[in-house]
Amino acid sequence: MTIGVTHFLVVGAVMFCCGLYTMSTKRNAIGILIGVELVLNSSALNLVAFDRYMGAGRLDGQIMALFIIVLAAAEAALAVGICINVYRNLATVDVDKATQLRG
Amino acid sequence: MSIDRVNQLSSTCVRRRFALAPALLVLGVTLLCGTRAMASSGGEVVTTAAEPGSLLEVVLFYAVATMTIVSSVAVCMSKNIVRMALWLFMTLASVSFLYFLLAANFLASIQLVVYAGGTLVLLVFGVMLTNKSPWARYTPGKLELVGAAAVCSVLLVALWLVFLRAEWSRLPGAFAGTSVADLGRSLLSVYVVPFEVAGVLLMIVMVGAAHLARQDK
Repeated sequence: MTIGVTHFLVVGAVMFCCGLYTMSTKRNAIGILIGVELVLNSSALNLVAFDRYMGAGRLDGQIMALFIIVLAAAEAALAVGICINVYRNLATVDVDKATQLRG
Repeated sequence: MSIDRVNQLSSTCVRRRFALAPALLVLGVTLLCGTRAMASSGGEVVTTAAEPGSLLEVVLFYAVATMTIVSSVAVCMSKNIVRMALWLFMTLASVSFLYFLLAANFLASIQLVVYAGGTLVLLVFGVMLTNKSPWARYTPGKLELVGAAAVCSVLLVALWLVFLRAEWSRLPGAFAGTSVADLGRSLLSVYVVPFEVAGVLLMIVMVGAAHLARQDK
């Protein structure tokens, strides 16, 4: 019994579904952000697993995962800034309460 | 503050300390494994933390995969936002361990430093700055919960079926291990344009986030 790419893909799929569930059920904006982090991590895990077992030794998957980490850090910084601003204006980060821009 | 409230607070703190223990355990094992892999390679090309195909690799994989799955399920099940952040930390540490098993040692350390050390702290700061109390609850509707659970489980089963049937074909060329020098060379030759774009993006994000979170407009 050896560990192959499928094992890592299954772990990634479970993480992705948990992230999706978190994103769709949490009302707290920071909670939704945590769900996004889970989804990003699962995709990075898939890329690295494919790079390890299927790649041509060029490390493409690992570099993609590095870019994902960079983008996640940037996204988290901006989203936390937006959350702080929403909290300052509405005194809550409940995403259902922020309806001022609704047409 | 009433006595009941104080009792409730202290019992929550004790429970949280128990939840912290496995997280520290994961972090310790990850660091240990990382230093061992780095030391055994002598700074040269790294294969994996455990010998590929060995019993140790199988046992380690199943242990870490269980930890990853349990903690990511706990993220979506917990109601308390601080506890969610703690479980997310455990997930990130376990994923970093999985990177060690995949022979991606540099990526694993970056995951620990940037993700678990930086992004997560940012999220916890966000929680502190946007909550009146860390015990504040936002409850979704029953229908919403059932719908989300149905969608996620259908997606999971579909993905599982695809994985069982798929025949992945290897690209020509064997995996020869990861060296940081190869990563750096690739980053500054083939991927130099995305690398520069990422740098510019980070600068824009830094200015934008500072502007967004400014006190007086």
